[in-house]
Amino acid sequence: MSSAIDIAAAVQSGERSAIEVLEEHLGAISERESEVHAFNLVTTDQAIAAATAVDELVAKGGPLGPLAGVPVAIKDNLCTRGVATTCSSKILEGWVPPYDATVVTRLAAAGAIMVGKTNMDEFAMGSSTENSAFGPTRNPHDLSRVPGGSSGGSAAAVAAGFAPISLGSDTGGSIRQPAALCGVVGVKPTYGTVSRLGLIAFGSSLDQVGPFANSVAEAALVCEVIGGHDPGDSTSLPQAFPAVSEHLSDGVAGMRIGLITEMMGEGIAPDVAKRIRAAAEWLAAAGAEVEEVSVPAVTFGLSAYYLVAPAEASSNLSRYDGVRYGLRVDAPTTGEMMELTRTAGFGDEVKRRIMLGTYALSAGYYDAFYGTALKVRTLIRRDFDAAYERFDALLSPTSPTTAFSFGDKTADPMSMYLNDVCTIATNLAGHPAMSVPYGLGDDGMPVGAQVLAPALGEVAMFRVAAALEGSLS
Amino acid sequence: MTEPTSPEPTKAPQTTSERITTEQVAKVAKLARLRLTDEELTRFTGQLGDVLEHAADLDLLDLEGVEPMAQPIPLANVFRKDVPGPILDRDEVLAVAPAAEDGFFRVPPVLGESE
Repeated sequence: MSSAIDIAAAVQSGERSAIEVLEEHLGAISERESEVHAFNLVTTDQAIAAATAVDELVAKGGPLGPLAGVPVAIKDNLCTRGVATTCSSKILEGWVPPYDATVVTRLAAAGAIMVGKTNMDEFAMGSSTENSAFGPTRNPHDLSRVPGGSSGGSAAAVAAGFAPISLGSDTGGSIRQPAALCGVVGVKPTYGTVSRLGLIAFGSSLDQVGPFANSVAEAALVCEVIGGHDPGDSTSLPQAFPAVSEHLSDGVAGMRIGLITEMMGEGIAPDVAKRIRAAAEWLAAAGAEVEEVSVPAVTFGLSAYYLVAPAEASSNLSRYDGVRYGLRVDAPTTGEMMELTRTAGFGDEVKRRIMLGTYALSAGYYDAFYGTALKVRTLIRRDFDAAYERFDALLSPTSPTTAFSFGDKTADPMSMYLNDVCTIATNLAGHPAMSVPYGLGDDGMPVGAQVLAPALGEVAMFRVAAALEGSLS
Repeated sequence: MTEPTSPEPTKAPQTTSERITTEQVAKVAKLARLRLTDEELTRFTGQLGDVLEHAADLDLLDLEGVEPMAQPIPLANVFRKDVPGPILDRDEVLAVAPAAEDGFFRVPPVLGESE
């Protein structure tokens, strides 16, 4: 399968048609989708119409966007006008959004062809895609293992060659962790750099949209296409996405890179830690100054996150009440209708988090839980700021282990949450971070290296990621 | 799982380290408009307790004088210009609603709730 960049160049030059590219990918989907289950919906008809429109544009001589004819898979929590959007939840059954998410509009304007809506943990709550109401996605590298989550379908779609690029969302690691487990690149951009209009909200102070791709360069291009100010999103920063593509071959000579001590010890599988040390050594050999650095407050990230994110979720998900969209379970009164609808429509993990959040926000508990967690956020941000006074970028594992087996962690939610231990602090701080494949663990499954940077430090982040990628080729 | 050996009666925790009780989970479920079976109530109480127990590590921190951070970016009170723009099509929105009538969402009677 070709890269998004090669496909766009071939379509732009008339060497290949968008329809031909689409058919190749639909072929890959029909071959393996039944075993991978990356999609909730494959949008064949819409994709054919969109590809035909691109080909007509080519015949007319343009103008053509930077992703002309490139198939893309979209996480099923991004609204797509006229195409069912479910968040992998029964509660949105039958709902068809009346508008497109801004990122979807921008991809289409760039010439990309949506091939389907990808499976996910229900409402993006989970780290394995096992919380989908429509059954789990399987890891294309080993079907007995999870693809990670919550954007597991988007990661698997790219890893399986169903589309060269896809979009996910990352609230506590939901792009980076599945990218690591599926052996692809995944980017969580700086909070505010990519519009969230049309992203179905989970934790509004944490959620961020970002891409999956097979290479750092493709991910950079997608960020530039979807990023930049959106007047329709009040949390959108009034500036363009950092120009990362032009710096990918800058190298790391002279850069200062810190290896996060707290993410290399207890709880991190030795084979994963070994690969990350190898990455650090390679960066040093390539001319970077690499040192270990302590970012003490990140060890409190998990605790703070599992108070903040559920608190915000309990508020955001109060809108699913059977009144305006999706499922309604009929009852004699509105109050009972709401209760029966929510009880039938939400899965266990969503219920757990709604209750946890409701508890953390309730009178008498607010200060002890939510209030405390917000102060810890400040500490995390301070410790990162201190580290970034000395370093341009930081390095860690993305996930403490390689992909685990189905059912391994479903009985004990806390063990599932521990998967996010390396990714969560980034969301609390609002910083960017990305996962780039860095070899294999002892089990032959992909290991992801996480590159972290300060707010709007995407150029440094992509330089390090591109260097790591280059070291393996 | 509650602490059967605790001599203290159930009360609101002042720190994150005290375990949540089934009574508290039942109350929270009611507030969140969720109905739990007895099995769910027991299971969720244990699982929520595990998370809160993990969160007890926050009690170790000295947070005196630390400002809370509700969101990460220095934007506040972002307003658009007060001019009409495109809005969602009402018929399109109501077409995917569970029930609609005369241009409105339709719901069962609001009064008569047994609360």
